[in-house]
Amino acid sequence: MTQTPQQPATDQPTTGTDRVKRGMAEMLKGGVIMDVVTAEQARIAEDAGAVAVMALERVPADIRAQGGVSRASDPDMIDSIIDSVSIPVMAKARIGHFVEAQVLQSLGVDYVDESEVLTPADYANHIDKWQFDVPFVCGATNLGEALRRITEGAAMIRSKGEAGTGDVSNAVTHMRTILGEIRRLSALSKDELYVAAKELQAPYDLVAEVAERGSLPVVLFTAGGIATPADAAMMMQLGADGVFVGSGIFKSGNPAQRAEAIVKATTFHDDPAMVAKVSRGLGEAMVGLNVDEIPAPHRLSERGW
Amino acid sequence: MREHVAALELLGCATVRVRRPEELAACDALVLPGGESTTMARLAHTFGLLEPLRAAVAGGLPTLGTCAGMILLAERVLDGVEGQETIGGIDMTVRRNAFGRQVASFEGPVTMSGLDEPVHGVFIRAPWVEEVGPGVEVLARVDHGEAAGRIVAVREGHLMATSFHPEVGGDSRVHQLFVDLVRPRSRVE
Repeated sequence: MTQTPQQPATDQPTTGTDRVKRGMAEMLKGGVIMDVVTAEQARIAEDAGAVAVMALERVPADIRAQGGVSRASDPDMIDSIIDSVSIPVMAKARIGHFVEAQVLQSLGVDYVDESEVLTPADYANHIDKWQFDVPFVCGATNLGEALRRITEGAAMIRSKGEAGTGDVSNAVTHMRTILGEIRRLSALSKDELYVAAKELQAPYDLVAEVAERGSLPVVLFTAGGIATPADAAMMMQLGADGVFVGSGIFKSGNPAQRAEAIVKATTFHDDPAMVAKVSRGLGEAMVGLNVDEIPAPHRLSERGW
Repeated sequence: MREHVAALELLGCATVRVRRPEELAACDALVLPGGESTTMARLAHTFGLLEPLRAAVAGGLPTLGTCAGMILLAERVLDGVEGQETIGGIDMTVRRNAFGRQVASFEGPVTMSGLDEPVHGVFIRAPWVEEVGPGVEVLARVDHGEAAGRIVAVREGHLMATSFHPEVGGDSRVHQLFVDLVRPRSRVE
């Protein structure tokens, strides 16, 4: 039983409730969400079986290579992607940049990603996501961070990983950390949860809810560095509800085929023969970058807190 | 899907996940949950499940489709992707994302025939039924607002479909209606 979502007080139809926001993410479970920078890529993603696309100006690998300040995308570009596909369209706003989020909501984007991949606009506060009808997804590297984002109104969480690297190791670390901390909470006695809440720097009620249900009250996807069907299947076996693939598809040799293969491997993540089958003849994966070789100040996952 | 399982188990039903034709063959009834109808149809096609599903549904397998599942049970789809395939079975035309984008997603009471009190309908990028054939029983329409009068729940023989998510919110009455359809046809009691 979730405690946070409230039944609307009125008999009238109500938009922007927790239930429709969190429920939207529920509908994406088991699926793959793909970064796209053009309408053509969006159509390739839809044809490959993506459950949603993330519209952005540059994929993380290019943001990393080109540097500079990275911001929300041009509304024209987002419009063109919305017009080209029928699946949900997500888009990124900078951490704390509530006006970028307002703009994205007004464009009719289906989900806003308050993302560390873009340059943060506020180094103290995240967006107050309760003020919006559009739901938000936020990144997290550990349980405390995930719960703080949910407290601010996030309706979906993704582990951060290290975007734009093709190195899955941080996605693994973050997913194991979040799920491990949840398992630890579930084993605590009731009187130990007060200290746990203090240590997690998250509200007690939310901590107690997670301890009781043994999972987050929202959907938990994975992101950051997923480049192959086996990467996606591993993250699903580790307990992710679904997968974001950023640079991994359109920075590879054969995007359409790789996109489809990652979708199939995500669906049949517990079937090694299927993962093997879809992994054949995919051509070049994206060029990788080891997270260890990235100087700490340039690691995107360390943005947000 | 988790909520569908919870609602059905509350009513004493055993549930399995169906991803392969052999899993389908073991079922007395089927629930097609929400999700992205394009993705679901594409995967079903790719993995050889679409034809077995069509045969099973046409052959009398009781099936409940919610949201995207409603689209899959429709004979005709408006605003789909080019060449969008469905399982079919209910003589109706369904409009995809009919209520608009996610910011227009809503929840509210739905008056449903066969139930005394309204159910709480959660509509997420939901479809509606544009028109139905003569054999289709309309179970619910939108009560309020711009979409008032639009059909959001139907039944045709052993098939039932809702635009909204009856599984969200701990009310299993819609599932009960479906189970009542299934029980007389079930191989085991």
